[in-house]
Amino acid sequence: MTTATHRSILLPVLALPVIAAAALSDVAAAQSLTAVGWGGAYGRAVHMGVNLPFMDSTDIRVTVEDYNGGLAQIRAQVEAGNVHWDVVDLEMADAVRGCDDGLLEPIDITTLPPGADGTPAEDDFVAEGLSECGVGLIYWSTVYAYNADNIEGAKPTTIADFFDLETFPGRRGMRRIPQANLEFALMGDGVPLDSIYAALDTPEGLDRAFRKLETIKDHVVWWEAGAQPPQMLADGEVVMSTAYNGRIFNAQMLEAQPLVIVWDGQLLDVNVLGIVAGTPRMKEAKQYLTFATTAESQARIGSRISYSPARKSGAPLVTTHVVTGLEMASHMPGNPDNAARSLRYDWRWWADNQDELIERFSAWLAR
Amino acid sequence: MSTAGRGRLRALGLVLPLLLFILVTFVAPLATMLLRSIHEPAVADALPETVAALGEWDGEGLPPEAAYEALARELVRARGERTLGKVAGAVNRVRSGLRSVFTRTARDLRDVGAGPWRDVLEGIDPAWAEPATWHAVRQTGQRFTSRHYLNALDLQRMPDGSVARQPEERRIYVSLLWRTLLVSAVITVLCLLLGYPVAHLIAHAPERRANVLLALVLIPFWTSLLVRTTAWIVLLQTQGVINDLLVAVGLVGDDGRLAMIYNMTGTIIAMTHVLLPFMVLPLYSVMRAIPGQYMSAASSLGATPAQAFFRVYWPQTLPGVGAGSLLVFILAIGYYITPALVGGSKGQLISNMVAYHMQTSLNWGLAAALGGILLAGVLALYMLYDRLVGVERLSLG
Repeated sequence: MTTATHRSILLPVLALPVIAAAALSDVAAAQSLTAVGWGGAYGRAVHMGVNLPFMDSTDIRVTVEDYNGGLAQIRAQVEAGNVHWDVVDLEMADAVRGCDDGLLEPIDITTLPPGADGTPAEDDFVAEGLSECGVGLIYWSTVYAYNADNIEGAKPTTIADFFDLETFPGRRGMRRIPQANLEFALMGDGVPLDSIYAALDTPEGLDRAFRKLETIKDHVVWWEAGAQPPQMLADGEVVMSTAYNGRIFNAQMLEAQPLVIVWDGQLLDVNVLGIVAGTPRMKEAKQYLTFATTAESQARIGSRISYSPARKSGAPLVTTHVVTGLEMASHMPGNPDNAARSLRYDWRWWADNQDELIERFSAWLAR
Repeated sequence: MSTAGRGRLRALGLVLPLLLFILVTFVAPLATMLLRSIHEPAVADALPETVAALGEWDGEGLPPEAAYEALARELVRARGERTLGKVAGAVNRVRSGLRSVFTRTARDLRDVGAGPWRDVLEGIDPAWAEPATWHAVRQTGQRFTSRHYLNALDLQRMPDGSVARQPEERRIYVSLLWRTLLVSAVITVLCLLLGYPVAHLIAHAPERRANVLLALVLIPFWTSLLVRTTAWIVLLQTQGVINDLLVAVGLVGDDGRLAMIYNMTGTIIAMTHVLLPFMVLPLYSVMRAIPGQYMSAASSLGATPAQAFFRVYWPQTLPGVGAGSLLVFILAIGYYITPALVGGSKGQLISNMVAYHMQTSLNWGLAAALGGILLAGVLALYMLYDRLVGVERLSLG
């Protein structure tokens, strides 16, 4: 009798967590979704401009996670068969590589809604903003910036000034990867913008880029996260630093820092949204991606941080900054004044050469 | 069954959960990771017939038409099965530039119906007319490979099968490995120099004071590693506490602030601090067991304090010295988070390179090979210690 009683009590008690877990995971699967982005000021802009309106218009909850780019976490999740990231904001190079490796779901562009002016989706996205698994979100660029308070007299205006230690003494901030830095080095050494990648494709051009970097190496502070450069510029840790243009914009607008962007030689790139292969929340992920890449959503990001919409019909929707009410146009990387001397980041070239160059760059750094 | 046998079974039953736990969470992952360092089947799995056709090739000039034909067919299939990326990535690591050759060729082949395939492929990309491309395919087509270990030792296999050093600008791992060993040795010596007097003080202090002192060692030991590392950043950075203090006192000028962090100095200071308890605790437990009378006896027999220390006390602490040093050294050569945070570009160790290949380049084979070399180093060290001192004399407290 006692045993039986025990058993009758025990069984439900033991089973309870299992049932609860099953029920909870069912609820979670139906109503929530993890969107992974880049954090910081950009992450906030995406959250305010996309996630909150999305949650208002659907009953899907969006959980935000941050990362610093790369495919490692996605690959780990896909290979372990335990996908908990659903939609990821990717650099184009990673989106293409992830697609080739089967880590991302192919997306049929014709299923996306037309632009704000009725243009079909396939014509509305800028050509470089579409790939098999990635749908363009925003344009951004790597620029360099300085703190006006820390440079007396004449201010730097060209990319060559970044490498000019005599006229502008002081430490420089650069991202601790070869990407962008090698391009800037060649620009600073006087290579015309349209032959940067052709030059990098030759051993002599690569040597030249590394030689140019060598001239400032002892004065460089290397950064990794996008939030570091504005911080280092504000602290006076460096006098100028390469940075993502939106992060500098944010420090100018919301923190009233006297930071100035030098647009000369800016490196333009597109970020895309992709869906992690095999996510159990495929329907919700697709719904989120569709919503986030509409012209209206992109424009809501663009009126919070100076990244331009990747849809042509999105650009006219961006007018003023939501907090300060200032005109956004002059802060956008695609503005004709800013883009006079700009270079498109060639992710195809980097996909081929990054394995070798990152090794070489690390070896060079350690010397 | 005999009582003894049943007893042994029961004992086995008691340790079985732990054994299984270690097997599942430690031995098995370690083994699969090490397997990755010599086993890379991506190309062999995706392009089996191409690899077979290249087996017929003598390596002179270009391979036979059969290889072109098989490759054209298998590239299209790999693209459909979405394994092309892995193949292209593996080949690209042997020869830069082939990633896009593979993806472009597979894409363009969709529209091609018939051969001769050599002309078709060379028409799509001239790289297919270069023997080096085919050498790279043949090399990565082997399931079992020494490539990653060669790579981890800054070596490469030439097309003719010989082994040569990497070009100078790509040599990185050997010097990093030496640097890691050197830094670990420096940290071990520093820990010993700093920890020995502390352990001695605690071991021979009155109990009340010893407990307080021991708590001073243990509280940092129990504090999160990240907190301690970040605290060092606050102390050591250019605008940090120590520099501010030095400037205020007038020892250094405001322009001459010392660079104590984001370089090797920062790595050594922070790691010495983090690892110090691993030296103090084994030393303390050994020293506490040494009766104080021994030193008194040595003095009464006419030894000077130095003689008494070096001939009586020091030899008895050797098991603790050995254990502490071994522990600190082994932890130091695999240390990752502290150098990553305070090491800057010059204070990185081999473990940071392992992390890079795991997380960013996704070259897990190379990461595994670097890890394998580290593991071999630790085992060699352990054996050396066993030979010189004897493991049975190791005292971990």
